Amino acid sequence: MKKITIISSTAVPLPIENIDTDQITPARFLKGTTKEGFGEILFHDWRFDHEGKPMKDFILNDPKYKGKILVAGKNFGCGSSREHAAWSLKDYGFQVVVSSFFADIFKSNALNNFLLPVTVSELFLQDLFYAIEEKSDVKIEIDLPNQHIRVPSHRMMEAFEISTYKKMCLMEGFDDIGYLLSMQKKTKTFELKRTNDYSLTGRL
Amino acid sequence: MPKTLFEKIWNEHLVAQEEGFPNVLFIDAHFIHEVTTPQAFDGLKQRGISVHSPHRTWATADHNVPTIDQHLPIKDLLSRKQVELLEKNCEDFGIELFGLGHPWQGIVHVIGPELGVTKPGMTIVCGDSHTSTHGAFGSIAFGIGTSEVEQVLASQTILQQKPKTMKIEINGKLQKGVTAKDLILYIISKISSHGGTGYFVEFAGEAIRNLSMEGRMTVCNMSIEMGARGGMIAPDETTYQYMKGREFMPKGNEWHKAVAYWKTLPTDEGAEYDRVELFDATVIEPMITYGTNPGMGVSINESIPRASDYKSDSDKNQLIKSLNYMGLKDGQKMIGQKVDYVFFGSCTNSRIEDFREAAKILKGRTKAKNITAILVPGSTQVLKQARKEGLDRVFEEAGFDLRSAGCSACLGFNEDKIPRGKYCVSTSNRNFEGRQGPGAKTMLVSPLTAAATAITGVVTDPREFI
Repeated sequence: MKKITIISSTAVPLPIENIDTDQITPARFLKGTTKEGFGEILFHDWRFDHEGKPMKDFILNDPKYKGKILVAGKNFGCGSSREHAAWSLKDYGFQVVVSSFFADIFKSNALNNFLLPVTVSELFLQDLFYAIEEKSDVKIEIDLPNQHIRVPSHRMMEAFEISTYKKMCLMEGFDDIGYLLSMQKKTKTFELKRTNDYSLTGRL
Repeated sequence: MPKTLFEKIWNEHLVAQEEGFPNVLFIDAHFIHEVTTPQAFDGLKQRGISVHSPHRTWATADHNVPTIDQHLPIKDLLSRKQVELLEKNCEDFGIELFGLGHPWQGIVHVIGPELGVTKPGMTIVCGDSHTSTHGAFGSIAFGIGTSEVEQVLASQTILQQKPKTMKIEINGKLQKGVTAKDLILYIISKISSHGGTGYFVEFAGEAIRNLSMEGRMTVCNMSIEMGARGGMIAPDETTYQYMKGREFMPKGNEWHKAVAYWKTLPTDEGAEYDRVELFDATVIEPMITYGTNPGMGVSINESIPRASDYKSDSDKNQLIKSLNYMGLKDGQKMIGQKVDYVFFGSCTNSRIEDFREAAKILKGRTKAKNITAILVPGSTQVLKQARKEGLDRVFEEAGFDLRSAGCSACLGFNEDKIPRGKYCVSTSNRNFEGRQGPGAKTMLVSPLTAAATAITGVVTDPREFI
């Protein structure tokens, strides 16, 4: 995966709360067997009418707004665990999602796909929406090494949290499997020493 | 130091805990289905590695499967491809599959407990958010993404930050006609659809202890709908009674040894949680949702909140947006709202007990003319049992369409979709926009409310029929 350090881009605002993964990637489009091509169905039922024509009032169809950063209302990515939501945002071209709150499973799916979820305060999020509304091509800078998000033109800045481990993964291009496989000796020892394991009854 | 049920199981499964890294947790059982695994198996192939523990991996096909003519090849080519790919991957990696045509096939969260795979004290994951269902047995069970499915296939471990713990205690007895589904919809309406995020919940209290295992599964199933990582309930006599004798349960002396161990699991006296929420079961009434997330629910005799009731703009906007989609008005009564479809099914309410309860109301009655009623069992075994008990005749005489097992119209992955603009009273778990099909309008209820509504054709308090 492509390493992440500093991302500077314009943004797409989506000031809606509780955007669930059924909106990001409706279930009927999850029949693919690879990770590619899901960008086409991103927000499908908000983006297209039932004849497949683009809905004029949806933000992704407004040429004024584009960029690598999606700014969305709180509790983004709730609902189903489908990783297709992260694949589809990534495939569409987003590298960062900014919100005041992320659902747990979406957040780990995003991180596992090098799509950076940036959690900001509710106040900062509102200011961010105002800034984009005021000037659609306002530049937003996400600095992962220093863990801050800035809007230089508006002198806005806020620090964000990320686990030390995940930050290292994103900056170095590592994924979890490498680490887990390096732990295999410990896993083996764990399995050998294990007591009270009734999970395999009737299976072996 | 006194420990919670959650902490005991978590600690028991810790493989490694290195400075600066999340915990490495051993996974006892990994359930897999056709939708969230193709890319994970692909990953293994690309890395040239095998499945670490095929015998700890349990596979079934549920999301894509048709519920009519299940013995015929799947008509939808993409669905067929996904199911066939699961068959191939299971064969390539040595995993036993309870696929289409197998007597044990069904929704992954229904068959796990039914077969006795799900037991107290286990760690269980699946690429499906409703994995929390298995927590009803006193296990740590949670949904994961496809990258994590690949991690578990590759290593039988997962990297996890330890979540915070929350106890939700529900004291008092539920009223007659009020079910586990109403209880959990009530809690979510109070805590909100994101109020549990970051927490692993333990449900406790008299109302929980009085629930059957089916009821407990319904409660834990929907803990994800308040954003919680998972939900769990301490095992007790009800748990052991349900489990004893099932296919993958220990037998004879092993059973007694296992029960002795499981009895050590419940939370110790004095153990602390990061957060505690208390509820009174006696005030809960049958619930129904009016909006587009499971937190937007009211007692069936209440009205939809008014936009003017809310202080914050964001809550107001959410209500207006939801009601606009639902075609409902703020301040409107839910009772008497016209309904077009009634859907019985999903990993929340498709177990034999749900069907028995519904049959009590439906027996000797017929559905209203304006209603299309579909009943989809959670597993092939549930269907078999329903037939054995003669419930199939009750449903058929009531004008219900009894189908074969699968996820079906809970998410409209297969051809079972609620048409655009139609209202569906559903026993499933999510009322998101388009969840049951593009433009479908979902109202979540208990099996009893669904049965009562099917009879009258409008939203109805089930207590009228009890």
